[in-house]
This record gives sequence, structure tokens and C-alpha cells, in this order.
Amino acid sequence: MIPKDLKYTKDHEWVKPEDGKVRVGITHHAQKELGDIVFVELPQVGKKVSKGELVATVESVKAVGEVYAPASGEVMEVNSALESSPELVNKDPYGEGWIFLLKVTAPGELEDLLDAAGYAALVEGQG
Amino acid sequence: MSEYIPHTPADIRALLEGVGLRDVEALFSDIPEEVRRRFRPLGLPRRDEDWVRRYLTGLSERSTGKGLVPFLGGGIYDHFVPAVVEYVLSLPELYTAYTPYQAEVSQGTLTWMFEYQTMICELTGMEVANSSMYDGATALAEAALMAHRTVGGKKVLVPRSLNPRVREVLATYAWGAGLKLVDVPYGDDGRLQLSEIPEGACALIVGQPNFFGVIEDLSGLKDQLGEAFLIVYVNPISLGVLAPPGSFGADVVVGEGQVLGLPPSFGGPLLGIFATRGEHLRRMPGRISGQTVDAEGKVGYVMAFQTREQHIRRERATSNICTNSALCALAATVYLAALGPGGLRRVALLSLERAHRLAEEVSSLPGYELAFSGPFFNEFALRCPDPMGAVKKLRRAGIAVLPPEEVEKAGLEGALLVAVTERRTEEELARFVSALKGGMG
Amino acid sequence: MKSGTIYDLGAPGRRAASLPPLTEPEQKILSLIPAEVRREEPPWLPEVSQPELVRHYLRLARLNYGVDSGFYPLGSCTMKYNPKLNEGLARLPGFAGLHPLLPEEEVQGALAVLWELSEYLKGIAGMPGISLQPAAGAHGELTGMLLFKRYFQDRGELERRVKILLPDSAHGTNPASAAMVGFRVVSIPSNERGTVDLQALEAALGEDVAGIMLTVPNTLGIFEEEILEVTELVHEAGGLCYFDGANLNAYLGRARPGDMGADVFHFNLHKTFSTPHGGGGPGAGPVTVSEPLVPYLPVPQVVKEGERFRLDYDRPKSIGRVHPYYGNFLVLVRALAYILTLGDEGLREVSVGAVLAANYLKEKLKKTYKLPYDRLCKHEFVLSGEGLGEVRTLDIAKRLIDYGFHPPTIYFPLIVKEALMIEPTETEPKEVLDAFAAAMERIAEEARREPRLLKEAPHAAPVRRLDEARAARQPVLRLPRP
Repeated sequence: MIPKDLKYTKDHEWVKPEDGKVRVGITHHAQKELGDIVFVELPQVGKKVSKGELVATVESVKAVGEVYAPASGEVMEVNSALESSPELVNKDPYGEGWIFLLKVTAPGELEDLLDAAGYAALVEGQG
Repeated sequence: MSEYIPHTPADIRALLEGVGLRDVEALFSDIPEEVRRRFRPLGLPRRDEDWVRRYLTGLSERSTGKGLVPFLGGGIYDHFVPAVVEYVLSLPELYTAYTPYQAEVSQGTLTWMFEYQTMICELTGMEVANSSMYDGATALAEAALMAHRTVGGKKVLVPRSLNPRVREVLATYAWGAGLKLVDVPYGDDGRLQLSEIPEGACALIVGQPNFFGVIEDLSGLKDQLGEAFLIVYVNPISLGVLAPPGSFGADVVVGEGQVLGLPPSFGGPLLGIFATRGEHLRRMPGRISGQTVDAEGKVGYVMAFQTREQHIRRERATSNICTNSALCALAATVYLAALGPGGLRRVALLSLERAHRLAEEVSSLPGYELAFSGPFFNEFALRCPDPMGAVKKLRRAGIAVLPPEEVEKAGLEGALLVAVTERRTEEELARFVSALKGGMG
Repeated sequence: MKSGTIYDLGAPGRRAASLPPLTEPEQKILSLIPAEVRREEPPWLPEVSQPELVRHYLRLARLNYGVDSGFYPLGSCTMKYNPKLNEGLARLPGFAGLHPLLPEEEVQGALAVLWELSEYLKGIAGMPGISLQPAAGAHGELTGMLLFKRYFQDRGELERRVKILLPDSAHGTNPASAAMVGFRVVSIPSNERGTVDLQALEAALGEDVAGIMLTVPNTLGIFEEEILEVTELVHEAGGLCYFDGANLNAYLGRARPGDMGADVFHFNLHKTFSTPHGGGGPGAGPVTVSEPLVPYLPVPQVVKEGERFRLDYDRPKSIGRVHPYYGNFLVLVRALAYILTLGDEGLREVSVGAVLAANYLKEKLKKTYKLPYDRLCKHEFVLSGEGLGEVRTLDIAKRLIDYGFHPPTIYFPLIVKEALMIEPTETEPKEVLDAFAAAMERIAEEARREPRLLKEAPHAAPVRRLDEARAARQPVLRLPRP
């Protein structure tokens, strides 16, 4: 459940480059650890963020997952379908469960992202 | 051996054997010896049950104040508590249970919490209520912190007519959180006088009724405040006859719930009421019970929105509160269920009517006058030439009132505060008047 | 569908309490209230007779499980027996009926209670100052953080001392309390023995640290053997040491936080001193403090002059009030009764009983369950539910309900995966401990043979497993008006 064509952060976010922008969500592993997602707090469109800043939270009944910016930039779009259907993050974490689209202002900051193999090793290591 | 601890010497031997240790001291070998050596006992002998009963009963009888007729309020009031309240509070499965983390064995607690939330929403006209805070004062302080988190400003507008003790607690919390309290004056009618809303205000607090018993007019306040919170601090009994603050656009309604079925208790435990609008739910402190279904589709209750709370969100939680005032909220639930809408209204009407009757009679005495011209609920500030003398005269008649030094804390000099509940009889009202009269002749 | 609440019962016009009649017409009384603030519509409240009310709450009580029902090994919560004498004493009219604003000379008995309890608690903590005002443990923590803040403000160090250090095993209230006072929280990792890693602590200490919040013994039930080194390091760096007293049951009557270097210590009277939990409260969280912090304690302080007691408000450096009166007085009365009943010898028996019971259960259960920190524990210990096939800790907990036991605390502390935190307390006889251990062993067996039994548990509770996700996704937080 780790698509080869995506990049990953150590905080269990996936990142998909799309023409100067990146789409961000949480991985299959992350949604599984959290359990049934009941709420996603989305950022304001237009919000400027720096790399590593808290952008969104994903809540299950007993846990809160935090989603950080993989690079500095501006939030261009959010997945407002999650407001009424947060369970999309469980059902389709890499597709309909995406969280936000970020216009990256410092593309160099994306260089330390993990590839699928690197992320698989990370998940393996954390048992 | 203590009656609360079952281990006989034989039990201790058997338990030690299971652990593989020779003596109980070995159980504590991980405590540094230096620490153990410094230990000093209290010098207290073990006592039997009857000794403790007599000793503490003796202390309870040393407080002469228990025999006085309380025309004493200032935030704590002497309302009638039906016997069924005490009965329910004594049911062992309710009072010896912990916080209902394991819902399947806590349906009793979770169900009454849900009843309580419903009743508090009904009284206040708000959409959601939590299941209790420690007391009205800390509930108010938490409301101010929530306003700051939501709106962002650091100034909290506080009328001089807010209960001074509640204000002191608020000030302590505000200092901790870096918020500033800004005074709002009151007029000759005792009502708050709000001129302009300063830049950076996150909330206005209004007492309903205020410390002097005066009923505030809440209309238009929320419009004036804009985004900033309208926080109303209520005496919930008054809501039997006063319009719910929710109907005036209040963002948070808090209050002291002691009046709903709890004795004065020398000031604790109390009950902090906390209710808000649905849109603020995720910023609200405290526990909430929510309705759901079980695996077979049967209705049941669980703790809802726990991700707001400290045990999950830690330093980002909406509050640090964990233990609250659950059993006091149960008292309020049973009290309100026992009285029903008619009973609550009756308590409010009786208190209102008797307070006005007494106010009318004492203010006709020469030298005595009501401090304020505004409408009041069950308490009024009484100005008199020699307030300490009046306190003494009343004391000789076996009556307690709020003395002038306590009233002065809210900026009013030379006045007593007199509270009247449905428990004050004709005879007691007459005694109050004649005590003040008698001293003049 | 019925809600199971009291709103299901009754009929318009019924009531469960009687009140004096009105002596004036209702409309005339109502005219005393200006029309714009008068209530138009009554609140929707139940209308039930007294027998209906009593049966309803008795039914609710039977859906619950309390300490009086049976074994309640909820780790970190010290669910010990609540003495019945103390319940009666707290209801005495000379205590429960006292108004808090009566003049001092009229409440000498109540002030005597406050003063006596203060003296005993200071003695038990081995610390010179106290406030009884905090209404709960977390309220005590907040008070402690406010005391830290005032202390550093007074010394002109507040600007730079912005961090509070916390072991990664800390209760959630600790970081939440520190954050309410504006401190930044920094987590310190535990070492492989489950205690504070001294090297990590040293590395974290500096001029920007206000202090540390410790739980002793910690939430793994392990005593910090290097506690004196920990507090000394913090003090040397100019910081203060906060001790969370949730686990005092582990060393009551044989060691004192004041002797370990504590600057603020909070008691949980509803844990260690047997006052009932009430379904979540009220409790009481008095704080004791070291000498340097005494000037900052909340006002008022109770002082004894000859045979009289007085409230002292003249304390210019105080942080102010954290409670509008004197704290949860009726809880304090119960705690005083408990201390008087036990005396020194009894207090000592508490920690012996609690620690003995915990170690006994730990040794029995470690044969069946994973014990991540296998060493002498204090009043509680933490197992892991890992390694029992497909079942999780939650399933074990729910299955315990079928065996008639309240489940332990689960998924805490966070540093143990699938944690089961077990605190038997001193008030359970050996037979109960054996029965619990037997049930846990049978459940482990079931987990292997018939995991469905656990997955679908509880089977014997008033309700089956409840849908918590639904409660969050489709919130129903009050009954809708009919």
C-alpha cells in the first residue's frame, strides 16, 4: 500500500508533484494507525505556510494526527469533501482522501522527501 | 490492621511469597535510602470509627454560623434541596464510579450526563453544554481563555459589578495566560455601562443577575461586540423567570450551579456550568456525553469529542481539566428533574417576590435605601448609615447578611447585600425588619 | 426510539418535589422583571413523580460499575474503597450547611478542619507551605505552574525561563497545565529502565528552563531511583521541580516528596485519601510547596492564633485565588477523617498493601502477558496486550467486563504499545487478586482459541460495544425537543 509514484515524509504524509504544486495527504499506514477518521480540520485557502508547519489535523475517536507542510508555500485548494465525509481518508487515502494542494515557493525543500522504498523501510523500522 | 485493608499477617506472607521477597521493606528498596531515612511520621495514633465520628461532629458543632438564618448570598444561596437528591447521590454505583472511560459499564453516568447537558441547554438557550467544570468562577475563566483562542484579542471586558471572588479567580487565570482585564463601570441603576469596545477585546462578561442582584439588559450587546464573545455568567435559578442568554446571542453561558440542589458546603464542592454555541464545540473545555448505538443497534452513550481533551491532545488541549464536578452535576440533574419546569419557576418566583417584599419594607425604614434603581432578582444592595451596626443588629436577631467589606470589593461603599430565597419564611422576613427597626428606637 | 433518559418518563403536570405556594398572583410577581428579559417559554424539563424519578436513577445506578460493585484496577486512578463513615461526616449540618461568607468567628469549626488537614498534609509531604484551594489534580498542577511563573517573575527571570520539561511517560494533564500558563513543553525520553534519562535531562537543562514536572513513581509504576540526582540537576540549573502526586499511594507513610527535592507537590485526595470519585468528580488537589515558594501561595491562608483560627489575606506576593472560597471543603472533611482513622501506622499499611498487591499481580500475570519493564514496581504496573494474535488491548479490556471486573487503564502510558495499566490498591483481598489473575489468564487462552469472544466482548454488559465513530460523525449531544 505504498504507491511507487509518490514521495513521502517521515511524518507519514504522501506528496504528489503536480506542475509546480504538490498534493498532500496521509499514507495508508497513517490512516490505519489512527483508526476510523471522524474529523479533518482543513486550512484556509490562501494560507501561507513554511516547511514543517502544522497545516491540518486528522482526528479519529481517540487520536489526533497532525499534517505538516512538506515545503514552504501557499495553500491553493483544500479537499472540502472531507468536511462531511472524513472517512474518505480511510477509504482512499491516496485518492479521494487527499487533504490540500500546496503551491511550493521553495522547491528545493522537497529534495529530502523519501521515495516509496525509503518510506517502506521507515514503516518497517517503526514496526 | 485497618478496617479498610484486608491483609492479615498470613495474607501478607502469602503475597510476599508470590513476589519472591522475604519482608515488606524489600518492596521499597528502590526508594533511595537517604529519602527513607529523612522520613518523619505525623505522630498520629490510629483511631476507631466512633472516636473519629465524635471528633469531627464536635468540630462541626463549633461553627456557630450554622444556626444563623442566612440572608446571605454573594454567589452561594440557601435553596431547598429535596430529599430525593441526597438519595440519588448516595447510590453507590453512581458515587463510587470513576470517569466513564469504559462506556459499557458506565451507561448510568453517561446517561445522566446526557440528561444534564439537555437540561443546561434548555435553561441557557445554548446548543451544547459540557458535563461540568469545578465551579462557576473557573468555568468563567475557561470561557475567557476560549474566547481568546477563538477571537484572538487579549482584552477581557469585566464589569465592576461582577462577583468579586469570581473576578479574583478570573484575574489569576488571566495573568497566567497573558490576558488583560478591562473594567466596565456600572450606573446608578446598577447596570453595566458599556460605551465602546476597545481594540483587541476578545470578550465581554456580563453577570445575570450581577453581584448586586441587578438584572442586566442583554439586548444589543452581541451586536455591539461583533466577533468578540458575549459571555454571560448566570445564577441558573434566575433562568426560571429570565430569558435565556442564548436568545440574546451569547457565545458562552457559564454559571455557579450550587443553587441547583447543593448545600452551601462552606464553598465547595460547587458546580461550574458551561454551555456554548454549536460552532464553538471543538474549542469547548470539559467532558461531553454523546448518544450513539451499540453493535446491536441499541441506544447508548459514550464520551464524545475526546480529542479536545488533555489525555489525547496534551499541550494543545482545550483545557487541562480532567476530574470535574460530576456528582454535583448529578445533583443538579436530579434537582431539575424533581422540580420540573413548574417547580423551577416557582422557586424563582418565590425568591423574586420575597426579596422585593423585604426590600420594600427595609427601604422604608429611615436612613435605609436601595443602592440601585435597576430591576433585581433575589438579592439587593442596601445602603444604610451604619452598615456594620446593621450587621450586628441582625446578628443579635440570629440573621447573617453579606457584610460591607465584601460588598466594597465591587466598588460599593456603605452597603450590605441581602439575599432572599424561597426558604425564607414570613416570620424570618419580619424578624429581619424588626431587628433593624429595634436598634433604632 | 426511547433514549433511556428520564425524559422518556412522566406526564405533563407531574412533579417529584413540593414547594411553598405563591402568595401573590404570578403575573404580578413577573411584572417585577422588565419585559425584554422575561422568560417567555419554560425550559423543557422532565415532569415525573417521585417514585418514577427514584426508579429511574436506581436503574441508571445498576447500569454502572463502582468500587462498591467490585474490583476496579484502573491504573493511575487509585480506585480504593470509600469509607462510609466519611460520607456521613461530610453531610453534617455544621459542615454542609455552612455558608462560606459567614464571618470567621462563626466558622471556627470549619477553619479548624482546614487548619488540621493542612498540618497533616504538610507533614505527609514534608513541605512547609500549602493551599487547599485546588479542586482537582489538574487544578493543582495549574496552581503549581502559576507559582513557578510568579517565582520567576519575582526574580526577573520570567522572560527567559520559558520551558517545562516532561518525561515522555507524563499524564496528559501535565503538558496541558503548563501550556495554560504559557510555558513551552519539552519531552524528555525515558531510558530502558523506564525512568528519566539523566543524560537527556542534562542536555535539555539550561537558562531557558523553568522546571520539570515529574510523577513519582512514574506512570509505569516505577520509582525514579535517581530522583535526588534529577532534582539536584534541575535546581543547579536554576529550575524548579513539580511533583504530580497521583501516585502517592506507592510511598505513603514512608517517604516524602519534600525529602526528594520537590518544590510543588499536589495531592489527589480522591485517589490517595479515599474520597469518592463521584463518576468523574468532585475531587480535591491541594498543593504543598517548598520554602522559596511559600510567599506566592494563593490567598487566603488559614492561621492559628492561640485557640482561634483566622484567614490571612495579607500576602502581597500571592498569585491570588484559584478558587472563589476555600476549596472543595466537603472533600477535605472526608480526607481528614481518613487520616485520623488510619494514623501513622495505617498510612504505612496503605503503601505496603498497595505495593504488595501490585507486585503480586505483576508476578502472576507476567507469565501470560508481556511485561515491558520487568522489575520491582510500586503501586501499579504496565503490561502490553501485544503478542496475543489478532486481539488488541481494547478487546482484553472489554472481555474483562464479562468476567465481572472493571477493565484497567488502557493505551496509557503512551510509551508502551497496547498498554494495560493495572493498579489493584490496598483494599482488595488476596482472593480478589487471584480471581482477577485467573480471569486474565483465561482471557489470554481465549485470545488464542476463540478470539471472536474477545473481539465481540462485552457479552454480559448492559450494552454491547458502542459505536464511538458514529458519536463523533453524527453528534447528538442533547435530546432534541419533541
